[in-house]
Amino acid sequence: MLDTTRFALPPRPGVGFKTQHFAAIMADPGPVAWLEIHAENYMGAGGRPLAQVCALAERFPISVHGVGLSIGGEGPLDADHLARLKHLLGWLDPASFSEHLAWSTHEGAYLNDLLPLPYTARTLSRVAAHIDQVQDTLGRRMLLENPATYLDFAETEMPETEFLAELVRLTGCLLLLDVNNVHVACTNRGADAAAYLDAFPMAAVAEIHLAGHDTQADDHGTPLLIDSHGAEVADPVWALFRHALSLAGPVPTLIEWDTDVPDWPLLAAEAARAGAVMTGAAA
Amino acid sequence: MMTRQDEFAAALLDPDRAYPPGLLGKGGPPAARRFDVYRNNVVASLIEALETGFPVVRALVGAPFFKAMAGEFVRRHPPLTPLLMLYGAELPGFLKGFPPVDGLPYLPDIARLELALRESYHAADAAPIAPEALAALPPEALARARLRLAPAVRLIRSDWPVHGIWMAHNGGPNPQPEPEEVLVARPGFDPVLRRLPAGSHAVLLALSSGGRLGDVLAGAPPNFHESNISILLQILLETRAICGISTEELS
Repeated sequence: MLDTTRFALPPRPGVGFKTQHFAAIMADPGPVAWLEIHAENYMGAGGRPLAQVCALAERFPISVHGVGLSIGGEGPLDADHLARLKHLLGWLDPASFSEHLAWSTHEGAYLNDLLPLPYTARTLSRVAAHIDQVQDTLGRRMLLENPATYLDFAETEMPETEFLAELVRLTGCLLLLDVNNVHVACTNRGADAAAYLDAFPMAAVAEIHLAGHDTQADDHGTPLLIDSHGAEVADPVWALFRHALSLAGPVPTLIEWDTDVPDWPLLAAEAARAGAVMTGAAA
Repeated sequence: MMTRQDEFAAALLDPDRAYPPGLLGKGGPPAARRFDVYRNNVVASLIEALETGFPVVRALVGAPFFKAMAGEFVRRHPPLTPLLMLYGAELPGFLKGFPPVDGLPYLPDIARLELALRESYHAADAAPIAPEALAALPPEALARARLRLAPAVRLIRSDWPVHGIWMAHNGGPNPQPEPEEVLVARPGFDPVLRRLPAGSHAVLLALSSGGRLGDVLAGAPPNFHESNISILLQILLETRAICGISTEELS
């Protein structure tokens, strides 16, 4: 059966919205067919942020991307934050809502990073329960994003792809495949990124992310990739993107650029490049 | 017993704490450099949020000092919600108890002012009253009027020239050393600051808690000169700080 929810965003390029690009986008979005916003930046009561997003939502499908829900947290979800999300999604009624397979809040302190968790039977049932709670509260299916990770846990029992496939099976959630995160995490753990994609539950993928990364070195002097969102998409990531599209078919694809944000023409050019790859894959 | 995330979170915020056990890199343990990526992400991103939120405090103490001080603040007061737009509410209190800045006694009030500007930026929208609505009122109706201040309005009273210091860091002249009362309002999308006549802070607090203009003026502090009311109302109208006016009797 055709899953229409999956195509709520068009299978064309989108970009992460930055306030300094507002006028350029409204004047001429170029190849950009949809926009993604970070949920937490639009939880104020009014002012410019909400006015801009209202104006954008009249012309573009909007994806709301949360960074603060801490779905992978050991403790219960923050009910106040879930209520803020419900409020935002209620008035904006976006095409999509996504969050991360990660944790960011502990004992009431918000740590402002997407922190990793071990993949065990216990963490699986906890994350599945959190996704159930989110989907029940929000009254919609959510997308869950694979993380960029810098280390692994001795107690991990299953591969990340299996963990994600189990979450899809248990909760009915969809997935956001971040191809840069795949490249970063697989390089960092010495795994084959193409094989990771081959094992990824592609039928559930409703959105793809592309972004740039930095390179550092770990304790052994081997390259350690950092998910910085501060540069152009790297060549190996474009290659993995082609591979992902060959497995998943056409999927709405986002360029994320959050630090050292470029002027609009450079961001639009990255989106155009993603669009060209998508067109080529579909041909 | 500490859980995995107890250990992880404690080590993130405490650079002197040992790395959590059982972390693996590509070549096996150790994974210290890898854990440090998270440690750095957490502290550096929160310091950056404070740098963005308190540009004048930062300019007053210097960027390197601010970074070190913010690092200490972040470890003592991590955010309590993911809404970083309002992060740093505890900074004025922190600065009061931070001996290295004792020589800058106005710093906590500058931090309060910068918090107020951010709160104002994100506050709810409200349509301002037309200036004519006030001008059209006969004196007796004006005396029994209640004014509703816009949600984006914030009021600051300081023993220091906080408005003058803020202006000096945004291209204005050097301030005179005197107490100041300041209005933050949002005529459009960008908050503005206005210095108010002495005593206005108390007058506006009384008005915002529902007092009638005539009663509020009768009870105004002695330093609020009668002639100042027209100056104050003019400032409020210019900055679109009044979003409601009522002369009705309460039933």
